[in-house]
Amino acid sequence: MRDKRMSLDEVVGELRSGMTIGLGGWGSRRKPMAFVRAILRSDIKDLTVVTYGGPDLGLLCSAGKVKKAYYGFVSLDSAPFYDPWFAKARTTGAIEVREMDEGMVKCGLEAAAARLPFLPIRAGLGSDVQNFWGDELKTVTSPYADESGQAETLIAMPALNLDASFVHLNLGDKHGNAAYNGVDPYFDDLYCMAAEKRYVSVERIVETEELVKAVPLQSLLLNRMMVDGVVEAPNGAHFTLAGESYGRDEKFQRHYAEAAKTPESWQVFVDTYLSGSEDDYQAAVKKFAEEQA
Amino acid sequence: MSDVTRAEVCAVACAEVYRDNGEVIASAFGTIPAIGVRLARHTFSPDLVLSDGEATAVRGTWAVGGPAEGDVEAWLPFNQIFTLVWNGKRHITMIPTQLDLYGNCNISAIGDHARPTVQLLGVRGAPGNTVYHPTSYWVPKHSTRVFVPTVDMVSGVGYDNARKAGRSAMRYHDLRRVVTDLAVLDFTPDTGQLRLVSVHPGVSVDDVVAATGFDLVIPDSVPETRTPTAPELDLIRTVIDPRNLRDKEVPA
Repeated sequence: MRDKRMSLDEVVGELRSGMTIGLGGWGSRRKPMAFVRAILRSDIKDLTVVTYGGPDLGLLCSAGKVKKAYYGFVSLDSAPFYDPWFAKARTTGAIEVREMDEGMVKCGLEAAAARLPFLPIRAGLGSDVQNFWGDELKTVTSPYADESGQAETLIAMPALNLDASFVHLNLGDKHGNAAYNGVDPYFDDLYCMAAEKRYVSVERIVETEELVKAVPLQSLLLNRMMVDGVVEAPNGAHFTLAGESYGRDEKFQRHYAEAAKTPESWQVFVDTYLSGSEDDYQAAVKKFAEEQA
Repeated sequence: MSDVTRAEVCAVACAEVYRDNGEVIASAFGTIPAIGVRLARHTFSPDLVLSDGEATAVRGTWAVGGPAEGDVEAWLPFNQIFTLVWNGKRHITMIPTQLDLYGNCNISAIGDHARPTVQLLGVRGAPGNTVYHPTSYWVPKHSTRVFVPTVDMVSGVGYDNARKAGRSAMRYHDLRRVVTDLAVLDFTPDTGQLRLVSVHPGVSVDDVVAATGFDLVIPDSVPETRTPTAPELDLIRTVIDPRNLRDKEVPA
């Protein structure tokens, strides 16, 4: 069996500008932040991003990496709730958006995962989602009439096919079997099944036997058919929460949001946290926590 | 009961939104609706399902502003929530940034959507919620900034737009009530226009009219919103909101 272990920068080396990428997790929850930081270090740009957005999308917007975004929402999940870099990209018209109902994201990923061109969904009808998408979002009429003799016309949610997906899980092996712990798998399996290239970062890489003993079968969200590259990235979801591994670093997230307010404060944030390797980031974050204690 | 606060009247009005709802998820945004759903389940709607706000359904009645303290009874990860939304097993109370005469709601952004002046959260689940299951709204400060003639963008679908979109949008579309710090409103059958149901004690119909940016439907006689019973008041004050967070949302 293939050994799929890679470094963060090797993964980003497989990306190209202009790709459509999916980012797993949800809001400020178990986001593949180490991957996002690796993309920030690269010269990749013009990305189309599909996500239940949080600070992942914010950081990519801060570096001008995003051309177009497909999302159900963008939230930091705690005060100030609105991501400042996403807001700036929106209010300056820097990115094109295909905003949609949260359920439409799941539906579009399911269509891609099943290699279908679309799936019907009710969500979106009658709302301005149809206007945001223009001709990119169409309706489909059922060939079956309902009990009243009428046929339903629904949103035909197009497949959200991805060139690459990035997800972060708690535990995995070197072949791509991986598990979440905590209360919610989010949609990380769907992101992987909707993508050509699938990359998972995990808190810890262990032998397969140890993985399957560590969690219930139901928590084994990814199998090796769903993964191309495995990166060991301890604290790799920081500053978002990661199931039972750790909670959200609320203080640091507030610091991120406040740093976005002026060019000067953002430059300091970039110099301190985003101008070196992942190890440099983790060391600086540890120092921040100690100073704030 | 002369010492009843406005926030307590609002909490009971939010609870009433969930009367006779049966076995559905009662989702509530805002402190006062959160008090309302717990009050409703503890008293007259015992079959409601309440989430801990993350991924489990929890039994019992616990205080707002902290973690859920009851026993877990079910798993409700986001994936399952969407399926339940699509299945109709939910009644949500959302907080609109803007709301119009037909119940169109905006929570996404202010201004032109291509380049908004203020970016909010995006449409979130509002388009789906409104066409799949009962939806109500909570407005902590009833004003012409919220109740506008035209919303900047439609996140939650109102009656006029549901009708325009056709049968599939209308089939399960069911806007129930709008509770504000001044009044309780609902939607007129047939026209789908926002209608005054009751005014809270100390509020006049004229107060509501002045704080609304369009012409509400106003019946000939508008009753007062009911006040909490003594057991309800005791439950709110000692069990559900002992720290009085409700007064932060609606000042006394």
